[in-house]
Formats: sequence, structure tokens, C-alpha cells
Amino acid sequence: MAVAKKTQGADDKEAAAPNGPIADFTKQQELDAYRMMLTIRRFEEKAGQMYGMGLIGGFCHLYIGQEAVVVGMQMAMKEGDQVITGYRDHGHMIACGMDAKGVMAELTGRAHGYSRGKGGSMHMFSKEKGFYGGHGIVGAQVSLGTGLAFANTYRGNDNLSVTYFGDGAANQGQVYESFNMAELWKLPAIYVIENNRYAMGTSVNRASAQADFSKRGLSFNIPGVQVDGMDVRAVKAAGETAAEWCRAGKGPYILEMLTYRYRGHSMSDPAKYRTREEVEKVRTTHDPIDMARARILEKKFATEDDLKKIDGQVRDVINEAAEFATHDPEPDVAELYTDIYR
Amino acid sequence: MDVEAADEGTLGKILVPEGTADVAVNTPIAVILSEGEDKSAIKNAKLSELQKAAEGPPPVAAPAVKASEAPKQEVKTPAAPETKVAADPDIPEGTEMVTMTMREALRDAMAEEMRRDKDVFVMGEEVAEYQGAYKVTQGLLQEFGPKRVIDTPITEHGFAGLGVGAALAGLKPVVEFMTFNFAMQAIDQIINSAAKTLYMSGGQMGCQMVFRGPNGAAARVAAQHSQDYSSWYSHIPGLKVVSPSNAADAKGLLKAAIRDPNPVIFLENEILYGHSSPVPKLEDFVLPIGKARIAREGKDVTIISWSMGMSYALKAAEELAAQGIEAEVIDLRTLKPMDTETIVASVKKTGRAVTVEEGWAQSGVGAEIAARLMEHAFDYLDAPVVRVSGKEVPMPYAANLEKLALPSSAEVVEAAKSVCYR
Ligand SMILES: Cc1ncc(C[n+]2csc(CCOP(=O)(O)OP(=O)(O)O)c2C)c(N)n1
Ligand SMILES: [Mg+2]
Repeated sequence: MAVAKKTQGADDKEAAAPNGPIADFTKQQELDAYRMMLTIRRFEEKAGQMYGMGLIGGFCHLYIGQEAVVVGMQMAMKEGDQVITGYRDHGHMIACGMDAKGVMAELTGRAHGYSRGKGGSMHMFSKEKGFYGGHGIVGAQVSLGTGLAFANTYRGNDNLSVTYFGDGAANQGQVYESFNMAELWKLPAIYVIENNRYAMGTSVNRASAQADFSKRGLSFNIPGVQVDGMDVRAVKAAGETAAEWCRAGKGPYILEMLTYRYRGHSMSDPAKYRTREEVEKVRTTHDPIDMARARILEKKFATEDDLKKIDGQVRDVINEAAEFATHDPEPDVAELYTDIYR
Repeated sequence: MDVEAADEGTLGKILVPEGTADVAVNTPIAVILSEGEDKSAIKNAKLSELQKAAEGPPPVAAPAVKASEAPKQEVKTPAAPETKVAADPDIPEGTEMVTMTMREALRDAMAEEMRRDKDVFVMGEEVAEYQGAYKVTQGLLQEFGPKRVIDTPITEHGFAGLGVGAALAGLKPVVEFMTFNFAMQAIDQIINSAAKTLYMSGGQMGCQMVFRGPNGAAARVAAQHSQDYSSWYSHIPGLKVVSPSNAADAKGLLKAAIRDPNPVIFLENEILYGHSSPVPKLEDFVLPIGKARIAREGKDVTIISWSMGMSYALKAAEELAAQGIEAEVIDLRTLKPMDTETIVASVKKTGRAVTVEEGWAQSGVGAEIAARLMEHAFDYLDAPVVRVSGKEVPMPYAANLEKLALPSSAEVVEAAKSVCYR
């Protein structure tokens, strides 16, 4: 296990891919991670198409570009650990093992969606898979995730919570209120800041006095590191360090994932705040899936044909989900008044 | 200790001496002499008899207080002052009317006030470089520069508080919330700081500022992004609450809100942003806060609404007209202070009222209107007031459920017919 090291380059993240530890993946791990990242990507591409066809309404935030973050973290977790995030949540749910059909049917607002059509893209949950949402209010999940960690301490179990939030969310006040309590009470909370360089149209440097988010816990004595969030192996290595720290009862840990979103903030984003070239550059040089694919071929973990087969299988899963979500009926009107109280 | 005596008269004899502790309730403590009786009546009566008499009717003395405490003068709560609101300004004949969207009208209002007063500035998430999440602040950065059009981090509680502080120091912030759903993060500063400081400081310092942004349901954005806060803010003394339904009102009232010396909550609506309507082209078009507008005249039933609710109300009025019911439609425009006078005058004419709001019925604005009508027009009502409102559920995402959760013009028609017993 490598030691977490602080790296720099807050202002020019692009140039400074942190050179933290890289997990040594077995063949199976490489292939599993590849398949999972690809599933998320294909799911999101399909969701984008279905939004365009009017099957999905309201807000729909795609995770394309950031897949390695959630997949690497998931590989560092164990049964019973909890996950919570914001509204850019489809990838997290799939990585948690939630059924693509149920997620897609929620996006279309249908009866067999995870929230029976009542939550939509931003609000989905699975108690069974330890996924606590899916939250539409920026920053709210940070206090909630801290509470999940609190419950672990309270029960005296060996689990931790992983709370994902964005670079924009990192400026909300309740984040710091949570940090303080988490360290004060040594709660097993991993805070994963998904720094994709923008909060809607606002770049990190226009919103953050301290743009190195790994340092955001300094005044609470919470350790933090920057991680190459485009490399699933680096994410897993950092995740394991953090998990070990938490499970040893040392309190919370901050992981700043340097990542990037390829698509607009949501489906209606003119994206005038960045250049096409900027997006293209990350896509062609740092794509987490392309890089995994190249490694697999290079290490001869699989042939082009094997990978094609995986691609085909992933496509089938997603098409099936889309098909299901298109034809599943709308919720029964009686659902209007259910689930308000119990 | 409270003094209470059932009979009138003068104090004849004190039975329980001054300073006695733990006197049980209903113990006779004094004898009251009625007119004509004199003290000799007491001399002849034994204490035990007096006490016995006190237990059964007729009472000799009602439970009263220790004699040392003189009966207190009851302090009456003064009546709340009435607010007199001027009528809308006359629009001179021949004034050019320019059709524009509500979005443009709001932008123009801010721009005009910023030109007029250098203490006015705009602050919020994505208001400057991005030109506003819903493009309401389009062009403001270009005209007024980054000192006066300020992009904030996603820090609602912080920048709302900062805005209040700046206002306490005499600036006139216009704080935009990307939507009012996110103002829940900031509501402590809005209420505890913005609304109450003038009072708490004995009038020394208040905040001249506007909190504005879209309120209520957009389309398919589900429970955490669809709430109507009309009743929340209109509950708070110290705040004014404005919520226009068309471009002209939006412009005239936002200008008024920016000039108003109090904190004003300005509730817009995302769906209405793109709606166009005529706005008078005047040098300085300002409307009075606190004045409702009769949007349609009628004699059979009064429909009261505001903002997006007006769409349902006006559509229903047309439908009702086709069925022979002439509805009078009132656009409140301002929720606080509420223009009771206009509502009551209309209901005195029609005898029937229906309220329409997107928010939930319990403790809603419709409930408030119904209460006011009971207080001021009870004898004129020919039917109970009916509220059409959002259903009491968090906003569902599914298209079919969302439609059911919102009020509709069909529900307004039905309600209007029911109060007309048709
Ligand atoms: C309290 C609150 N304020 C504002 C918003 C509107 N909003 C939704 S997402 C977003 C940007 C968040 O950016 P970031 O945290 O970086 O996450 P990303 O979208 O990049 O994943 C904003 C301002 C909201 N949903 N909640
Ligand atoms: Mg971001």
C-alpha cells in the first residue's frame, strides 16, 4: 500500500496529473474496471439520446468522462459501505450494482424505476445496494454522508461512507461544518471531491480561493490528496489508503479527484465557458476508458476481439435497459399520494 | 396576580390580609359592597358565613387579588397600522407599448435601476459571465462590469448573509437565487437578519435589498426543485413579497422593489420567463408594491391568484364565460402587504371567491385570503371560499403524476362552478 502524498498544481490541473500511487491491476481487475466504465459510458450516451427524443425530462446530468472515479472507488470498498452523491448520479448507481433497467426507467419516470417514477434522474436510492441518493441540492449530501459515517461509528461496525461532491459543492458552508464534526468524532467518512474543473459555467479558479481541494480539510486536520481521477488504478490506490485510514478509526479522509466532464452541465448547456479544444484534448489524451483499453491490449490481457465482445455485451445490457424504460408504463395515478408518510 | 370580581361595587372589607402567600384560587379575599350597601352590612356578618356564601350562589365576592395589588389597567394592543398604497400610475395616452418577455422586462428593470443608483449591484450564481442560469441578467456584466455584476460561488447562505451585511452598510444588493429552492440554504439570513434587523435596531438600520429568482415548479424537475415559497415568505413581518405574472408588472414592480427601503422577496417563475406581453415605454415605469390588479372584470365569482396561477385563472375565466359565468380575476402581484381592499371589494360584488395557487393548501396564501374574506366580507359571501392548490405531495417526477400534482384550469373551472352552485 502506497502512502498518500500531496501533489501540487491546483491552478493548472491539466498539466499536473498527480503522480500518486498506481494500483497494480490483475487481468481480472483491468477487465472488470473496463467493463464497468464502459457500461456507465454507454448508459449515459443512451440517456442523452433518450433525452433528445423527449423520453427523459427536466434535468439530466451525464457522468461521461468521470467514470474512473466511481469505478476505482468502488473497487476500494467492501460490502456494507455506503455511497451518497449529488444529482450527477447515474454512474454511481451502476457502479454500486444497481440495475441499469431500473435506473433508466426512473429517468423516463416509469413505474419500475428505482423510485417508482417519482424521483427522476437526480433522486434515486437503493437501500439494498447501500446507495443513499441522488440529491438535488448542491452540498446537502455532504452532511448526509457524514451522518452515514456516524451511524457506522455508533453501531461499531467496520464500514465507512463514501460521499461524492463537486468542486462547486465544495464551497458550501455545510461541507465545513461536516468536516469539523467528522474529524472531531473520528467518523469513517471518505469525502471524494470530483473536481471536473467546472460548476455549471464557473471554472474552479473563479469560485475557489483555495483551488487545491485536497487542502480543504487542513484546518480540521483531515488528510487529503489529489488523485488522477482519469486513471482508475490511481483512484483505487487512493481509495484503499483512505479506506484503511477510516477503518483504523483515524477519522475522515479527503480525496480530490482530478477529472473532467465531457458533456454540458446538464442537457441544456450552451458550454460557452470552455473551448472545444479543451474538451477534445482531454478526450484524446486522458480518456479513462481509452487508457484502460490500451493497457489491456498492451499487457495482452485481452485481444481486440475479446474487447469487441465485451463492448457488444455492454451494448446489449444498455439497449435492453432503454427498451425496458421506453415501454414500462407510467406509475399508477394512485402513486401520487403514496410514500408521503408511512 | 390577577384581580377578578364578578360584581361591581366598592371594596368593603378585606378578608385575606396583605402579603398572605399561597392563597388558593376561589378563596374569598374581599367583600364588595354594591351601590347603596354600607359597611355595617359586613360588620354584622361573620367571616364563616361570608366564606360559605362565597361558595354558592349568589357570590358575595368573586376571587380577587391580594389587596396590595391594585387592579391593573389592561394594556390594549394597538391596531396594526393600515398601509395606504397608491394606485398604479396613469399611462399617458399614446404611450408606445413594447412587447417583450418577462425575462427582458426583469433585465431592463435591473439595468435601469443600476444606471440610476450606483449603490445597486447584482450578485448570485452564474449571473455575470454565464449571463444568468435563465438568462435574466443577460448583458448586465457587459454594461456594468464585474464590480457590480458578481458571480458568487455556490454558497447561498454565505452570499445571502453577505448581501444583508452590504445592505446594512447602505448598499442596495439584488441577490439572485438560481431558484428559490436553493434559498432554503439561505433562509436564516433572509429571515433572522434581513427581515428583523430594522426592528431589532429600533429603526437604526435596515436593509434595502431584493432577493429574486424563479419560484415554483418548472417542468419535470421533481421534488427538490419545484417548490412554491409564496406562503413561506409572506408569513414574515419585515419582508415584502412580490410575485408578478406578466412583463409590465415584472418591470414596474422590480424597479419598485429595488427602490423600496425594505428587504423584498421577488418571486419569479421559470415557465413565465419566456412569455411575452406589452410593457409601456416610459422613462421611469414604477408600480406600487401592495396593489392588486383586476386582470378581468366579472360579476359572478372572484378568482384570486398571482404569478403562474394567473395562467390557470385566466384560462378558466374564458372557459367559464363560455358557460355563462362571468368571473372577475384578481392578480395579487404583491403577496405582502396583501391588497385586502381590492379582494374584498370584488367579493362584495360577486359574493363568491376561488383562490388559485401552485403551493400547498395548508397554511397557504389561499388560506390567508379565505380568512380575510371571513373577517371582512362574511356577510357578502354566498358560498364558502374554495382553494385550488398544488396537491399536498412532494412534486413527483413522472409526467402523469406531475400533471396531477399541479393545479389546472379545469380544477379552477370546477371550483368556480361549485361556488356558483352550478
Ligand atoms: C443549493 C443549490 N444551489 C444551486 C444549485 C444549482 N446547481 C446545480 S448543479 C450546480 C453546479 C455544481 O457544480 P459541482 O459541484 O462542481 O458539480 P458538477 O456539476 O460539476 O458535477 C449548481 C449551481 C443547486 N442544485 N443547489
Ligand atoms: Mg464540477
